[in-house]
Amino acid sequence: MERFITEANLQQFAATLAGKKHVLAPVASGGTTCFRRLVPGMRLDFSRMAVISPKDATFPRNETLLLVQRYVEESGKKLELKEQLPEGECIVIGSRPCGARGKLIFDPVYETEAIKDPYYLRRRDNTLFITLSCDRPESTCFCHSVGSNPADGTGSDVLLTAVEGGFFARAITPKGEELLADALFEEAGTRAEEAAAKQTKARELMGQAHDFSSAAAKLLERFDDMGFWQAQSNKCISCGACTYMCPTCYCFNITDDEAGLVSRRLRSWDNCMSHTFTLEGSGHNPRGTKAHRLKNRVGHKFSYYPDLHASQIACCGCGRCIKQCPAGVDIRQVVMAAQEYVDER
Amino acid sequence: MSANPYLPDMATVVEVIEETPNIKSFRLVLNDDDKMKTFTFQPGQVGQLSVFGAGESTFVINSSPTRMDYLQFSVMRVGEVTTRLHQLKPGDQIGVRAPLGKPFPVENMKGKNVLFIGGGIGMAPLRTLFTYMLDNRSDFKDITLLYGARTPVDLTYQEELPEWLGREDINTVLCVDNEYPGWEHKVGLIPNILLEMNPSPENTVAITCGPPIMIKFTLQALKKLGFEDEQIITTLEKRMKCGVGICGRCNIGTKYVCQDGPVFTYAQLKQLPSEL
Repeated sequence: MERFITEANLQQFAATLAGKKHVLAPVASGGTTCFRRLVPGMRLDFSRMAVISPKDATFPRNETLLLVQRYVEESGKKLELKEQLPEGECIVIGSRPCGARGKLIFDPVYETEAIKDPYYLRRRDNTLFITLSCDRPESTCFCHSVGSNPADGTGSDVLLTAVEGGFFARAITPKGEELLADALFEEAGTRAEEAAAKQTKARELMGQAHDFSSAAAKLLERFDDMGFWQAQSNKCISCGACTYMCPTCYCFNITDDEAGLVSRRLRSWDNCMSHTFTLEGSGHNPRGTKAHRLKNRVGHKFSYYPDLHASQIACCGCGRCIKQCPAGVDIRQVVMAAQEYVDER
Repeated sequence: MSANPYLPDMATVVEVIEETPNIKSFRLVLNDDDKMKTFTFQPGQVGQLSVFGAGESTFVINSSPTRMDYLQFSVMRVGEVTTRLHQLKPGDQIGVRAPLGKPFPVENMKGKNVLFIGGGIGMAPLRTLFTYMLDNRSDFKDITLLYGARTPVDLTYQEELPEWLGREDINTVLCVDNEYPGWEHKVGLIPNILLEMNPSPENTVAITCGPPIMIKFTLQALKKLGFEDEQIITTLEKRMKCGVGICGRCNIGTKYVCQDGPVFTYAQLKQLPSEL
């Protein structure tokens, strides 16, 4: 199904949806653009890619897994556990293709034959993505190097492409078709061609893609070459911005917090670039330096994950980790260096 | 395990044993009678213990599946969760997620000589298999246990040591690092005592666990004695959170210790990237 919507009508469409459902959309905030829950008075800001990815929709930065209520009775102390499974639908409006596709990296890990993560699965199955294709890729964008492109509809329900006066909208899933049935959408007319031309131009603007095809093997080959990893991680300040901005980083921590007779078991985004991530009770740390940690982060995305999951690189090429790194670490350069490096030891 | 892999089963502490100044063993029974009756695990598998409000940590189930009156976990007090665990008393409630991980390859050990080499708290994962073998004694040939700790006070499972030492059908050797008043057993470091014992690698499996430095030199000693990599089995420890291969901190390259381990042969370990 192909439709057209004017920019004013898209704002209205989003506002109406937000009145009924949880809508997550990029809005201008304090000089940046970020995903917020859309509430009346907020306007969509499609002028640039949001600083943090829309990952919160399917994997919130923190969530309660269990609530624990303690009772003191005559017969003794009792505990009651309650699962806190997420309820309700979420609609993400204005994710870029990288963010919508990036969330798919979770699937083979969070849903296996043996283990099904009910919190993630519920959110995933109750979230729709109305995605905006990119017309002006940035220098940090490299989705075309990891099997995607600026108009990739993978992981989305609707793909919007900016055209004269509004947006060309293509439904990708049946749920997307339901969204486009709204009266604010009009006949697409000849705008399909206009959109296709825009998409082709955006792809051309990205230039030559990086060839990461030997990364999986080469990163493993470099595993013991700590000199290489020290050189690559020299600039890193272990702040973890790369992990928190990343649409595909799925590692988490589980912690408890306690107030009186109630405690909560929480799951939060965790940061593999922090030395506490793998610090053991004994004081031993298998990834004791930032060189070890950068090696694992890059290795996980470009080698271990692809090895385990059908050669799929666990990176969507959004470039946030490059753009937001205060020290200028560029994951593309690290992977290319590992591929090209000649070990002279 | 429940359909929600993060939801613990509730259990009651039925007994607390003070093993050493900083190690306690907890004997637990699941509150749900049916679950307790149908609970199965194999030696070497682990569980996550929850003290609600403090958190969750991973420990090996060190009782044997042949003795299902309770599940036993031994805990060294080192951090927040283990400190709270140490405050538990009989009757207290605790959360358990178990069994997790892969067990020792017991079937492959049948008909073989078995050599256990445990150091300190590293005796916990050996105890489950050792007890299992004592209860299925005829399935295995010679069973030898070399168990050492820094001082006699640091030896866990003191209750059981007289039985292990007294049994005619096993060979138990105890050692401590230095001379100690009243100590009548061996004195010296485990790898050195092992070399002194000079066990034959012929039709033998060696199972070792202990502090990293002890494992390192024990592996060297076993190699010196002629053991092949495939004949040496160890069990690893890593910081874990989810216990089900998702949260991303216990991996060594593509292997997740919580799912693919914690039991590995030395041959398997050598195949892994070096990140212990």
